[in-house]
Amino acid sequence: MSQNTKNYFLPGPSFWPLIASISLFLLAGGFTMVLNKIAMGTPLMIAGAVALAYLLYGWFAEVIGESVSKVYNKQVDKSFRWGMGWFIFSEVMFFFGFFGALFYTRNVSLHWLADAHGLTGAQALWPSFAAAWPSAGPAATEAITTIPAWGLPAINTLLLLTSGATLTWAHWGLMKDNRKQLIMGLILTIALGVAFLFLQAHEYAEATFTIKSGIYGATFYMLTGFHGLHVTMGAIMLAIILFRVLKGHFNSHDHFGFEAVAWYWHFVDVVWLFLFIFVYWL
Amino acid sequence: MNKKAIYFLGMALSSIGSNAQAAYGLNLKAPVTEIASQIYDLHMLIVWVCLAIFVVVFAVMFYSLYKHRKSVGHKAVQFHEHHTLEIIWTIIPALILIVMAVPATKTIFAMKDTTAADMTVKVTGHQWKWEYDYLDKDVKFISTLATSQDQIDGKAEKGENYLLEVDNPMVVPVGKKIRVVLTASDVIHAWWVPEFGVKQDAIPGFIKEVWFRAEKPGIYRGQCAELCGKAHGFMPIVVEVVAEDKYNEWIDSKKAAAAAANAGADKEWAKDELVANGKAVYEKNCAVCHQASGAGLPPAFPAITGSKIALGAIFGTDGKYMPDSHIDRLLNGKGVMPAWKALLNDVEIASVITYTRQALGNAATVDPVVQPAQIKAAR
Amino acid sequence: MSTTTAAHHDDHAHDSHGHPTGIMRWVKSTNHKDIGTMYLWFSFTMFLFAGAMAMGIRAELFQPGLQFVQPETFNQLTTLHGLIMIFGAIMPAFVGFANWQVPLMIGAPDMAFPRLNNMSFWLLIPAAILLVASIFVPGGAVAGGWTMYPPLSVQGGMSVDMSVFALHILGVSSIVGSINIITTIFNMRAPGMTLMKMPMFVWTWLITAYLLIAAMPVLAGALTMLITDRHFGTHFFNAAGGGDPVLFQHVFWFFGHPEVYIMILPAFGILSTIIPTFARKPLFGYASMVYATAAIAVLSFVVWAHHMFTTGMPVAGQLFFMYSTMLISVPTGVKVFNWIATMWKGSMTFETPMLFSVAVVFLFTIGGLSGLVCAILPVDIQLQDTYYVVAHFHYVLFSGAAMAIMGGVYYWLPKWTGHMYDETLGKWHFWLTTIAFNVTFFPMHFTGLAGMPRRIPDYSQQFAEFNMISSLGAFALGLSQLLFLYVVIKCIKGGAKATNQVWEGAHGLEWTVPSPAPFHTFETPPQVK
Repeated sequence: MSQNTKNYFLPGPSFWPLIASISLFLLAGGFTMVLNKIAMGTPLMIAGAVALAYLLYGWFAEVIGESVSKVYNKQVDKSFRWGMGWFIFSEVMFFFGFFGALFYTRNVSLHWLADAHGLTGAQALWPSFAAAWPSAGPAATEAITTIPAWGLPAINTLLLLTSGATLTWAHWGLMKDNRKQLIMGLILTIALGVAFLFLQAHEYAEATFTIKSGIYGATFYMLTGFHGLHVTMGAIMLAIILFRVLKGHFNSHDHFGFEAVAWYWHFVDVVWLFLFIFVYWL
Repeated sequence: MNKKAIYFLGMALSSIGSNAQAAYGLNLKAPVTEIASQIYDLHMLIVWVCLAIFVVVFAVMFYSLYKHRKSVGHKAVQFHEHHTLEIIWTIIPALILIVMAVPATKTIFAMKDTTAADMTVKVTGHQWKWEYDYLDKDVKFISTLATSQDQIDGKAEKGENYLLEVDNPMVVPVGKKIRVVLTASDVIHAWWVPEFGVKQDAIPGFIKEVWFRAEKPGIYRGQCAELCGKAHGFMPIVVEVVAEDKYNEWIDSKKAAAAAANAGADKEWAKDELVANGKAVYEKNCAVCHQASGAGLPPAFPAITGSKIALGAIFGTDGKYMPDSHIDRLLNGKGVMPAWKALLNDVEIASVITYTRQALGNAATVDPVVQPAQIKAAR
Repeated sequence: MSTTTAAHHDDHAHDSHGHPTGIMRWVKSTNHKDIGTMYLWFSFTMFLFAGAMAMGIRAELFQPGLQFVQPETFNQLTTLHGLIMIFGAIMPAFVGFANWQVPLMIGAPDMAFPRLNNMSFWLLIPAAILLVASIFVPGGAVAGGWTMYPPLSVQGGMSVDMSVFALHILGVSSIVGSINIITTIFNMRAPGMTLMKMPMFVWTWLITAYLLIAAMPVLAGALTMLITDRHFGTHFFNAAGGGDPVLFQHVFWFFGHPEVYIMILPAFGILSTIIPTFARKPLFGYASMVYATAAIAVLSFVVWAHHMFTTGMPVAGQLFFMYSTMLISVPTGVKVFNWIATMWKGSMTFETPMLFSVAVVFLFTIGGLSGLVCAILPVDIQLQDTYYVVAHFHYVLFSGAAMAIMGGVYYWLPKWTGHMYDETLGKWHFWLTTIAFNVTFFPMHFTGLAGMPRRIPDYSQQFAEFNMISSLGAFALGLSQLLFLYVVIKCIKGGAKATNQVWEGAHGLEWTVPSPAPFHTFETPPQVK
């Protein structure tokens, strides 16, 4: 039935789910051991990572294979669109939690921390603490020197926004079956993404504060770190799309793989804008 | 609704089946503050409202269950909508809610008003004891569970106030507005006295405030109400409400006792004295984690017996205590181990150090005895 | 990457008809019915496991004093009981129902992403292993309560890490599963099955899936912060570094309150399916049921801090969360009224599924009303963290969610197995469960009001009588579930042959296919009028 594109494609039995389960088990168990200084942890984590890489490669290869052999009909294509859309929504909610933590500590709980409720001297918990941002908390010994928004972060903003534009340009190329524009656009986008990551790494290296520098350091590195991770994943996904373009996988009317990654890339872009405004600038 | 009537019904409900001593209750405890009585009335109001709704709704349902059965030959009537009805049963509950929100809102504002207090007590939650600090009075003490381990383990008969008794109760004057500022040193605890209508989380690093004005002398008992680790069920709160003159006497006696305890700090103590005194301190403060035998509960709570810290050198060549030495650990704590600096006096710390070095299977040869004067100097 | 050819692909197509047998049928499954079955059995196993822990809790609380377990072990029991019941028993059971029923109800050949569907299931296994194995690591299982509040959870041993990662994995499973369900419902409906014609169970699951993808990532964020606070020196929940322990509670309950509705909305869906069948009359107020469910879902994101009334929020915060919480009882009330209106003037019979459903309407309402009592903030100050709350959420989660699941199992068992279950034993199971449940949990309202805090291994003697009653009820409740297991196994092994329609009053696509439902259904979409 499944080769009949009139019907919804239903895959046959698959080993991939079990491999997913095993790889996450090894990663979680191994990481627990690493965190608790048990020697077995590192090899288990490596095994888990290898299994995960094999899984991602193998499963996606299978799906791509199905896609190029034209077993997916319009309805399947629509399923992928629904699926990718709501996956990105769940990612939005993941960042929402961390932004919530930033707003809450910065605008609410730091002020409570500074309120001694009329207690003075040794009775007050933090007698000389005043709420301000950035803050490394009342027990901090050194003040935090933030990274000026209009330096590297502004350049990074420009890089990511431009990469969004080049990706759209590549998409236009794909729509017009202009292969050269498509490939050029993708290469530019990946290059801009890599440049962004390079600058971000440079910024981390130059920063005078760490993830241990109180609430400022914690929120800063958690938000920018997870964003950087997403840019990295996006760049890898774009590279795979470029590879598939070179293989001739897409045409002007059938290229959801490309679009899905483009959606993801724009999502990462938008998250950065929020980061730029609320973490670096304001 | 008539406040007295509600109160009476509530009390009647709570006394059903209870014996003369009211061995167990069915309702909130009898309030002794204005806020607690407001809460009591609010609770009775909402319970009666809920009960009324419940009876009406389920009378309809049970009528239907009885009458509209296939076995009595009832034929189904195929209706599935009735807009008027649906609107009515959306609006009526909303109106009832508004009626209930009004008194609740008033009480919330009253609960939050900590201004114009007659006195302030700072209460700090520790694992697993409460510290009371009477600001401006220079009176400060720790309050721990007084029930014996034997009673808990079933080796002795359980007393009347089993698990609800402490060695040092909080004492406050009747009729005065007491502001309580709360914090914690390790994890979140919650300070709760049901009769006062006060329950507030004690959050490490933050100060939160509540207030109460007890209108009747008596002894009121509560418990920690936020899971705070293994002895969460064993850190009760006892507040004695007394007449003002008795309260003043109590303050004076507390001050005298503290002075007497501190007086011992400067004299030279014999080893046996320190060990004997240290045993009491250990069993009260340390045994809950490190166990009465000193075996601990590894890995969370290390053993004292054979411990490197309890047997190792304390003082460096400069005569000061070394980092990670026995005195350092007691005074400043580390991880789960609390800093005892602010909780115990010099004599207590010197005694318990000497005890743990010379008892529980230990016999330290380096720095075998620590004198209170050394602790005083080390602070 | 392009080595997979069309020819290779044909093998797969062949496989899906002559599917593997034995263990491989389950491991490699891409069939919604098999995966649904695995979810349900997993859930039942976890239900018995966490139930056994509850027996341990009640044994210790049978009388004052410490008899069986030390306080630390007691805390481990309560924590794991909560975590496993919520994430291992209730949630997977509902996903099991969704797998079996959603494609059958909307006339779809399977879920939209069959392989991801199986992955969602197989991720449960490592999570369960991590949770259960944590009992045996140094320091014992996680003991800070299922809510894992820091700083207590920062103090804990490696079992905290294991539980956090277990929840991360469960989060991945839930998010992938929800995306699958949303996509299936939006994209796989048979022609003519418009949204407002969908069975109510499908509606409630659609909305539940939205709650899951919005809430689970937030939990993942909270847990990630917990891990970095524990091991990487961040200060999210440490005041010394400018953080706040209460921050965790906000983020956790932003997930946690929608989670409550994740566990009850599918139960509402099951009730809305069963009651019309046995009243032999359509569901009353279908449209208002849909809107009420949606309203509950939206409101569930703005009530979270009612779990935190004793943290000492400012007045404005307290008032906002009290009002929003009171408001949520309006759409919930609408649902109860609609169910009763569905029964009204029906032609009712009381087979086991209907008995469970009527009991759930009755008992869940008790839990709903005690929730309203807790919503009144000043009253909640006295009730927060007492046994009253324990009574409240067991009325909602046991006599709401768990008993609806049992009712649903009896209702669809003939469709799944092709046999009728033993009605007499089913009724025995129902009455034993209902009576034992009330004996266990009703007295807890009184012990809570009288001042017994929850999560304590020992209590003062004033609470002795009620605790003894609760414990006796709990043992009976636990034993009754073995009868459930027996009835289900007996039904799988044999019994009267079930017809396609099974129940006289049943309507919907799932009753048009044979019983047991064949391995593949609706390969050609049915036409819905």
